[in-house]
Amino acid sequence: MAKVIFITQANESVEVEGDSGSLMELAVQNGVYGIDGDCGGVCSCATCHIHLSPEDFDKVGAPAETESDMLELDDNATEYSRLCCQIPVSDEIDGMTFTVAG
Amino acid sequence: MTLKTTSVSDFPDAFADKRAETGVGYMDDQQDPVDMLLRLKDVRKAAHSAATFQSGAAPGRIVIPSEVAIRDTRQIPFEVDPPEHKSYRDLLNPWFKRPLDESYQQKLQAIIDDIIDSALKTDSLDVVSEFALPLQSKALTLLLNTSMDKAQTWIDWGTHVFRSDDSDLDGDKANILYDYIDAEIDKAMVSPGEDLYSVLLASEVDGKKMTKEEVKGVMILTFAGGRDTVINAITNSIAYFSENASDLQRLHDEPEIVNRAVEELIRYFAPLTQMGRVATQDTVVCEHAVKADSRISLCWASANRDEKTFEEPNKVDFDRKVNPHVSFGFSTHNCLGATHARQILRQLVVSLADKVGQLDTIDADENVERLGEFSRKVGFNRLQARFTAK
Repeated sequence: MAKVIFITQANESVEVEGDSGSLMELAVQNGVYGIDGDCGGVCSCATCHIHLSPEDFDKVGAPAETESDMLELDDNATEYSRLCCQIPVSDEIDGMTFTVAG
Repeated sequence: MTLKTTSVSDFPDAFADKRAETGVGYMDDQQDPVDMLLRLKDVRKAAHSAATFQSGAAPGRIVIPSEVAIRDTRQIPFEVDPPEHKSYRDLLNPWFKRPLDESYQQKLQAIIDDIIDSALKTDSLDVVSEFALPLQSKALTLLLNTSMDKAQTWIDWGTHVFRSDDSDLDGDKANILYDYIDAEIDKAMVSPGEDLYSVLLASEVDGKKMTKEEVKGVMILTFAGGRDTVINAITNSIAYFSENASDLQRLHDEPEIVNRAVEELIRYFAPLTQMGRVATQDTVVCEHAVKADSRISLCWASANRDEKTFEEPNKVDFDRKVNPHVSFGFSTHNCLGATHARQILRQLVVSLADKVGQLDTIDADENVERLGEFSRKVGFNRLQARFTAK
C-alpha cells in the first residue's frame, strides 16, 4: 500500500492511497484537480503532468523517450517533470509528494 | 470518391513513402496550397508553435478543404490564437468535460442501448446513416443539454454538413447549419434555458459578455467538428469488429482494456486526416522552406503511423500501452470535444461486446479522400451490415 500526497495548483493538499494501477488512475479516482488523464493512461494527452522533488525523481526514474517527447513541448515542464500515467503505484512511491503541474 | 477493397477493416497508410522520403507532402486546395507535415515530431512541434503557425487566420482557412468561400463566422476557440484562446477555452472546458459525470453516462448508455437493440432487430442496415449518424446526433443533444427531439433535425440533414454528393464544399448545405444555429440562438435569447446556447449567451469572456457572433462561432465548431469525425469513428469501429471478432470478444472478457482499445482504434482510424495552420513568418519545417502567409497541415493520420514512434504502426493492437497518437490534435488546440467522443466510443464498444455476437458486412462504399498526391480511406459513404445478437 502506497500513501502519497498531491499538491494542486490551488495549493490544496490531497492525500491518497492505493496498491495497484497507475498514479494517474489513483489521482483521478480521488478527484485530484488538474489530473485529468483524458486518454486513460496511454501517454497521448499529457493531462496528468506532475513535478517531483529531485530526490523522488531520482528514485522514480527519468521518463522514457515517448513520454519525454511529450514533456518537451509542455510549457510547464521542468527537469523533474513526469506524466503520472507512466508511474505505477507501488511501495517505491510510498510517502512521496507530487505537485500538479497545471 | 469511391473505391472498393476486399477488407473493410483495412485502413491503409497513405503517406508512408513520402513520410520516409522527405517528411512533407503537398496538395493544392482552391488555389491555396498546403504543405503537409507527415512526421509525428514535426506535427507536434508545429502544433505547439502557435506564434509561428497560427489558427487565427481568415475564418475557414485552416480547414482543409478551405471554408473561406462559405463561412465568415470565426469558430471559437478553434480559430483563435493565444492569449485570447485561453479565456474562451477556460470558459468552455468544464462544460465539455460533462461526459465524465455519471448522470451523463447513464443517458448516453440509454441512447447506445436503444440504437444497438434496433440494429439487432433489423435484417441489415447502413451503419453510416442508420447507426452512426443517429447515435452521433442523439449524443449531441447531451453535449448541448438540449431536448432529444432536436436530434431528428440533425439526422435529416444527412451525413455531411458541408458536403453534397457533387462537391466537397457546398455553401447551400453549410447555410442550413448556420441558419439553424442563428435561429436557435435567437430562441435562447428570448427564452433562456439550461442548454449550451443559453449558457454561452449568459457568459463573459475577459469581463465582456459573449456576443451572438461569438456564441455562433462556438456552436458551429461544436456541430461541425464533432459530426463527420464521430460518424467515421463509430462506423470504422463497426467495420473493424466485423472482421476482428476476437477483439470484440476480448472486450467482453476484459472490459478493463476499453480505454486502451479505444485509443488504439482512434489512432488507427484518425477520423480527421489533417488540420491546417497559416505561417506568420518565413520559416523552415523538416528542411522545407515555408513562406509567410502560406498554409501547412498537421497530418494527424500520417503522424499516427510514424514507424519511428509506433511499432508495427499498421496493426491494431489493443495491448499498445504507450500510444502517443494525435487523433485529437496536440497542444493548445487539442480537440474540445474529445471527452465526449471518447465517452461515446468507450461505452459503444463495451456495449457491442456485451450484446452483439456477430457483425457481418454485406456491402461497403468507401470514402476515399483525394489529397493532392495522396488518396486516403477515412471512412465509408455506406456500410451495409448485419448485427446478430449474442
